[in-house]
Amino acid sequence: MTFIKKTLASSIALAAATVMATSAQAEMSDGEVRIGYLADMSGTYRDLAGPGGLEALNMAVEDFGGSVNGAAIDVFSADDNNSADVGANTVRGWIDQDNVDMVAGMVASSVVIAVTKVLEENDGLGIISGSAASSITNEHCTPNHIHWVYDTYPLANGTAKAIVDQGGDTWFMLTADYAFGHALEGDVTKVVEENGGEIVGGVRHPFPTSDFSSYILQAQGSGAKIVGLANAGADTVNAINTASQFGLTQAGQQLAGLLVFLNDVHAMGLETTQGLLLTTGWYWNMDDESREWAERYYERVGRMPTMVQAGIYSSTMHYLKAVEEAGTDDPETVRAQMAEMPVNDFFSRNGRIREDGRMVHDMYLAEVKSPEASTHEWDLYEILATIPAEEAFRPLSESQCKLVQN
Amino acid sequence: MTMIFGVPLAVFMGQLLLGLINGAFYALLSLGLAVIFGLLKIVNFAHGAMYMLGAFAALLGMRYLGINYWAALLLAPLLVGGFGMLIERFMLRRIGHLDHLYGLLLTFGLALIFEGTLVNFFGVSGARYPTPEVLQGGFQLGFMFLPAYRAWVLAAALVVCLFTWFMIERTRLGAYLRAGTENPALMQAFGVNVPLLVTLTYGFGVALAAFAGVLAAPLYPVSPTMGSSLLIVVFAVVVIGGMGSILGAVLTGLGMGLIEGLTKVYYPEAANTVIFLVMILVLLLRPAGLFGKEA
Repeated sequence: MTFIKKTLASSIALAAATVMATSAQAEMSDGEVRIGYLADMSGTYRDLAGPGGLEALNMAVEDFGGSVNGAAIDVFSADDNNSADVGANTVRGWIDQDNVDMVAGMVASSVVIAVTKVLEENDGLGIISGSAASSITNEHCTPNHIHWVYDTYPLANGTAKAIVDQGGDTWFMLTADYAFGHALEGDVTKVVEENGGEIVGGVRHPFPTSDFSSYILQAQGSGAKIVGLANAGADTVNAINTASQFGLTQAGQQLAGLLVFLNDVHAMGLETTQGLLLTTGWYWNMDDESREWAERYYERVGRMPTMVQAGIYSSTMHYLKAVEEAGTDDPETVRAQMAEMPVNDFFSRNGRIREDGRMVHDMYLAEVKSPEASTHEWDLYEILATIPAEEAFRPLSESQCKLVQN
Repeated sequence: MTMIFGVPLAVFMGQLLLGLINGAFYALLSLGLAVIFGLLKIVNFAHGAMYMLGAFAALLGMRYLGINYWAALLLAPLLVGGFGMLIERFMLRRIGHLDHLYGLLLTFGLALIFEGTLVNFFGVSGARYPTPEVLQGGFQLGFMFLPAYRAWVLAAALVVCLFTWFMIERTRLGAYLRAGTENPALMQAFGVNVPLLVTLTYGFGVALAAFAGVLAAPLYPVSPTMGSSLLIVVFAVVVIGGMGSILGAVLTGLGMGLIEGLTKVYYPEAANTVIFLVMILVLLLRPAGLFGKEA
């Protein structure tokens, strides 16, 4: 009897406490804002987001003060192993059992497309910083996610167009043989041909490939002025290294890396990558504001941040501001609030969230510095031009997104 | 221009040469596996990790101790080989009497631990190891530009393969080794320290992998995952050659490099799978492998 009484009494006390807590933070589910960080923490894509991205997210939470309107901010994290199943199941568990309010990070496009379906079914909210496929806010768009940093459209549009304009009008495409590679190859082909260039040949290599010597030899034999790399991560690194060993650039051909991250250039070194043109959403050394944030990040992580890691901080901050402004963590309301506020911070210039979920902001055409021009380990890019936000991304008039009225 | 099946002769020749160079890597790695399996009956799944450790030993040696490439070519195999001997002495020996499967699981687990630990410290992007100065540049062969370093890799790998084959098949030490694995009790009775021989053999096989790792360091980014992707192909090479056959491993390694090289020209999409197709064919027609003896 006493046992039952005790249990009853404590339950009532607990219930009362919960009611009080809820009334204090009227609109926050569970009295907490819960953020889940999902990324490849151990595989091919680890270094461009991974543990560094989680650290960036934690920085945003700390800088925000650790709570929103009195509700504590709680961060969850998980490794998706670049597997769509693992990613989707993790997010389902987060929403069902842990009441996670927002999912951040998200790298491999295949994982992201699976996760956004889960978010849509469960009325969640996701902010994607890592992945490349422009289809995420095109045919795969949902009202439940936002794509923050970059996608394949500006990559092709920025880099390929700049190269054709400089006279690089014959291309040989080296493409990773899977969906992302094919998409990027398609985008590049379109841009090259529209600007008066021509694709003279190409090869689709298995994903992943460690030895590119054979493909580089074929590219050399093609006589194209430009060898376009429609691949990512380790494949790009290997291809560029091999090209350098075989004297591809010395013989007068030029490489175009279409998706190159800061960590890739750092890994390959300037001797190998100098002169490479690339499109990036952000660069740590592009102005004082960026430098200031990057140096704080460097103190904690020991590496300079990639555009993805910076984007994770930027998007988390914007999310938390929207939660504060809206006074709730309800996904739909927060999503609307986020879209209402322009995004201008150290990462994003002239940024706004469109109805298809694409956060458009200024993108940058950069060139990798020569070893002589670089003053220290992370002094890697020279920003050549700014691609204005409204030109960089796929225009809404071409959108196939169901949320866009065309 | 002369064409071979629609490919210019020059390109064709270039691809053959590149295939041979890749084949030299396969040969070197599958040789170590074949030695370990042939003499010790251990399916060494840590072989890829040892290859990776060899490359890392060279990289870290240069970064922190100023050890140059040539010294690393000698020191890294010694270091990693010594490490391998510790693994054999304190771990593999304890499960020596159990089914092969246990050795496979143990070495696989070890490989995951080494890889995971290094990922934690170095990430996966990999680091550059500079090409030694005397081997920079290359030769214009007419049909292709051959980087000097790749020519060196081919030569060094072939010499080491021949040396190993000679040691095991043509010397007294090699004869002890082969006899010791055939009938350990009898060899012990003759006063030969068989457990020591076994430890040394494992150490040697691992050292071969580490040697290949140092050779690979200037070619590919040195990253913790560099071994695991290669290991499966190398296992296929060993299966095709015949488990345990030393000459078979070397010849098959070179041959598979050539076949892979040609696939990259005619049907690049299949380049990663062609070796496994050959493996299936060989297993169907000659289950003991091309050079293996029927059990």
